[in-house]
Amino acid sequence: MIDLEWVKDYIDISDQDLKELAVKITKAGINIEKVITNHIDNLVIGEVLECEMHPDSDHLHVCQVDVGNQNLQIVCGAPNVRKGLKVIVALPGAVLPGNFEIKKSKIRGVESNGMLCALYELGLEEKNDETYSKGIYEVSSKAKVGMDAMKYLNLDDTLYELDIHKHRNNDCYYHIGFAYEIGAILNRPVVLPDDKTSPIKDDIKNHFNLKVETDKCPYYLAKMVTGVKIGESPEFIKRRLTAYGMRSINNVVDISNYVMLEYGQPLHFFDKDALGEKILVRDALENEEITTLDGKKRVLSSNDIVITDGDKPVCIAGVMGGENTEVTSDTKSILIESAIFDGVSIRNTSNRLDLRSEASIRYGKGLSYEYTLKAIERACHLLEKYAGATVLSGTVKHDKMDKTVKKVNFKSSEINALLGIQISDDDVKIELNRLGFPFEYNNGEFEVVIPPRRLDIDPYVNDIAEEVGRLYGYHNLKSTLPNVPIKKGEYASDIKYRKIISKRLRSLGLNEVKSYTLVSPNMADSFKYEDKKQINLPKPMSVDKSVLRTTLIPSLLKIYEYNRAHKVSDVMIYEISKTYDADYNEESKISILMEGNYILSKWQNLNIPVDFYLVKGIVQNVLDYLGFKNRYTFEKATLTDLHPGICAKIMLDRKMIGIIGKVHPSVSKDDVFVAELSLEALMSKVKPIKFKEALKYPEIVKDMAFIVDKGITSLEVMNAIKKSGGRLLSDVRLFDVYEGENVLEGKKSLAYSLTFSSESKTLSEDEVMEVFNNIIDKVSKELGAELRNK
Amino acid sequence: MELEEILSNLKKDLEGVSSLHDLSEVKAHYLGKKGVITSLYAKMRELSDEDKKSFGALINNVKVSVNELIDSKKEEIEVKLLNEKLQNESIDITLPAMEIKLGAPSILEKMIEDVEELLLSMGFDVIDGPEVEKDKYNFEMLNLPKGHPARDAQDTFYIEGEELLLRSQTSPVQIRCMLAGGGKVPIRMICPGKTYRRDDDDATHSHQFMQIEGLLVDKNISLSDLKGTFDVIAKHLFGEDCETRFRPSYYPFTEPSVEMDISCHHCKGKGCNICKNTGYITVAGGGMVHPKVLENCGYNPKEWSGFAFGFGAERLAMIKYGINDLRVFYTNDLRESKVFDRKEAN
Repeated sequence: MIDLEWVKDYIDISDQDLKELAVKITKAGINIEKVITNHIDNLVIGEVLECEMHPDSDHLHVCQVDVGNQNLQIVCGAPNVRKGLKVIVALPGAVLPGNFEIKKSKIRGVESNGMLCALYELGLEEKNDETYSKGIYEVSSKAKVGMDAMKYLNLDDTLYELDIHKHRNNDCYYHIGFAYEIGAILNRPVVLPDDKTSPIKDDIKNHFNLKVETDKCPYYLAKMVTGVKIGESPEFIKRRLTAYGMRSINNVVDISNYVMLEYGQPLHFFDKDALGEKILVRDALENEEITTLDGKKRVLSSNDIVITDGDKPVCIAGVMGGENTEVTSDTKSILIESAIFDGVSIRNTSNRLDLRSEASIRYGKGLSYEYTLKAIERACHLLEKYAGATVLSGTVKHDKMDKTVKKVNFKSSEINALLGIQISDDDVKIELNRLGFPFEYNNGEFEVVIPPRRLDIDPYVNDIAEEVGRLYGYHNLKSTLPNVPIKKGEYASDIKYRKIISKRLRSLGLNEVKSYTLVSPNMADSFKYEDKKQINLPKPMSVDKSVLRTTLIPSLLKIYEYNRAHKVSDVMIYEISKTYDADYNEESKISILMEGNYILSKWQNLNIPVDFYLVKGIVQNVLDYLGFKNRYTFEKATLTDLHPGICAKIMLDRKMIGIIGKVHPSVSKDDVFVAELSLEALMSKVKPIKFKEALKYPEIVKDMAFIVDKGITSLEVMNAIKKSGGRLLSDVRLFDVYEGENVLEGKKSLAYSLTFSSESKTLSEDEVMEVFNNIIDKVSKELGAELRNK
Repeated sequence: MELEEILSNLKKDLEGVSSLHDLSEVKAHYLGKKGVITSLYAKMRELSDEDKKSFGALINNVKVSVNELIDSKKEEIEVKLLNEKLQNESIDITLPAMEIKLGAPSILEKMIEDVEELLLSMGFDVIDGPEVEKDKYNFEMLNLPKGHPARDAQDTFYIEGEELLLRSQTSPVQIRCMLAGGGKVPIRMICPGKTYRRDDDDATHSHQFMQIEGLLVDKNISLSDLKGTFDVIAKHLFGEDCETRFRPSYYPFTEPSVEMDISCHHCKGKGCNICKNTGYITVAGGGMVHPKVLENCGYNPKEWSGFAFGFGAERLAMIKYGINDLRVFYTNDLRESKVFDRKEAN
């Protein structure tokens, strides 16, 4: 939050429309979320001309009030209302905080044309017993009747609420830093506030010594004042703190906050007499305790930094002071601390203790040393002026601060190349001056010194280009395309495969889904068909997202259940996603789930429900499309969570590449079928397409049927036929499976259609019959099969 | 005389014929063994040789005419029968079709494919990177050392100590790509992929989401080139009338950094609830690759420059299709995703 009335102390913006200025600042990179004005319409200064008791009340008064252009009758209940008092009048039409609109009304039968206000009614004070009992606000008798009341109170400020990126949340969160930003945008100088003091001869070193034993405090300054008189703050400090949203406490505490909001440097005031003569800054001891200003006992850890009096903690550095050295109404002497602490450490401490203060937020964002000394001097100046303090000479100092100056050497052509603009050396000089960056210029070469307050700027020409660019205005950049050779972009090979398979599955009618990589332990352990260890997150957000899945099937099943619950029928889905095992092996899985009717046309009585063979067909379609015809087989298997009799491993070149099966009835009561393939396994070599001429000689087709044991698979019979068929057998197809009448119990009949052909001649019946009989012979022997009589 | 009579009788007979069966009877009457024509031949025997010749020629002519008349009648009946058959076979073509199902892509993949399609044509390769990533690539080499405040905003799922994590952004693929390039070859790539952050899932947050990363490293690349490239992408996705805007921003791995806005799709820049009355919506972040990042990956910043950008796939889809709850993408309600099973004109 930045108070523009306050910023005016450091830069002249009296001619600026503050709403337009906010737009300019936003365009240059500091995003102003909201422009807030405290202005309230129809709120004026009035004078009570007459004040009489209400005829029908023991505490209400009926007042005649001069509001400048007219006299109004207003009923008022405040105890302090009296004739001659100047007051704040809310005229009819005024809308007070809480959306309370003032209207003409009758109060116990007496007309009332407005309201006399207390500060809390204007949102300028907290409403409590104390402020309530004070009654209406008593305006100085010098105030001009009819004047805008907020303006009179100097509270018609404009405030900017900032949403700024992390790298600028340091230097733009205090008024002087923000003034520099406005200075850059408007090209105007910034004037720092008065910090002169008249120190007495007595040196702080006579009263106090400092030791720093931690490298998390590279810079520590202390000054001392005596003879302070605790009292109320001057109006301007009270007003500005109020506008910022801080409560005014007393002149001394307010000054420490005020300077922090000016310079961004948090200060800490110790009661010198309570503190003693020593400060030792060190890492806290494990379980060391301190009671902080808010009265709470805090237990520290060795990662925290503490300020001690040489023995016991008196302050959690950068976070909050201790109760034991707090400034009270009796405080006479103050030790002022202005220091730099390690931001990460402060952030950690503040998070761990769940204790956030204006100081800890500022330290956490990172703090520049540029104003560490300025701030302490400014505080002394204000204490001298507004708290009657006497400043001791000298400053106690620990200084291990790295103050290496950041410099950048560049030519304006480099800036132009990075931004794609054309500006001259003189233009660059103007921009650097606006930014307040000192530089030297020699023969087209710039050497720029980056002010320490700009912690966000690294010594690279890109950083300077950014500063120049944002002042130049990104809206002024032209749109160009990179001057690079024309080429065709390519998919990396695994993505190429993923896309091919994805499109194939979609064209087969399956819908792509996207589910979460992180699953619950229960999900992770279901459908575990591989011997893979899973990655368990050491710090999961919740149990249901704690394991990295190795199979996608449980996720698809969850999606199926969701859709079923919402009465979606015929769920046919697939997902292709990466999985990881505990050895960090990456494997992309193609997972398919199908349930319902693949084709359904009720009025035609046509119904192709999803079954094992349909899903098998889908899988084969994909494999064939990828060029793996005749290289894969399905082998019967028993796998977790799949129907033990309807389940297979899918093999490619004799290696397992996936599984297929029906979901076990104990997992789902519906007829749900799933399959999963490894994408990596499918990326093996495929032979290029070769043209094959159609046969010139006639084919001979012959059928045969075998009766075999039920346990023998059709694949086994098929393989036996192929093995004994030789080169003349060009194709074998199963066309009938039969069990029942005329076939013995425990047996089944498998009928095959065999195609014989030759590429070089017309086959004779005798040649074919020789092979045919040989097949019958071999299959019968090998599988104990019996030729079925026709 | 007799012969002409035969033909006129036949014509009369044929008039009453309507079936092939009747026709065959008529045919037998004239051409059968005892038929009218056949009996004429028998009469020939009684004639002189000369008369035989001329009468024979006459009979032949009549026979040809008889055949023609019968054949033409036959064709007429066949056409009629076929027409009747076709008439009977006619169906109600308004009855429902057999449903050949269309498979829909995931909305996110569709969005990503839209972007890929354009950028492939502009010479960007589409590459991939691991989701289980090294801290070194996800943060450190991207100019986000340990303790960097910007790490807080990307609250990360760590897997092993502080070294291995679920990537919180797709930017580590920039690092992998540049390291593979070895500081020698130009790079033009995009990487769409999953990312993870410790956010509770709600309408605007998701612990898993998708980014589309882009990187171009070459000689003499400028921020204006990023602006031009962004313009092309924005117009491809949101139409020719889409306006773009750059705003200063901050990312540790780009300098200068920008936020990339498009004119509000909904109100066409006039100001509405969706764009919070600004007329613009932020859809991507990016900037010039930070010289430290180039150096980290072996590219000399004095010689090479480049731009990088990142889109949120969910955000693009939400804006483009007016989706207002992020969870839609991961719930996979087929009633919602089915809408995307078709080609879109553009």
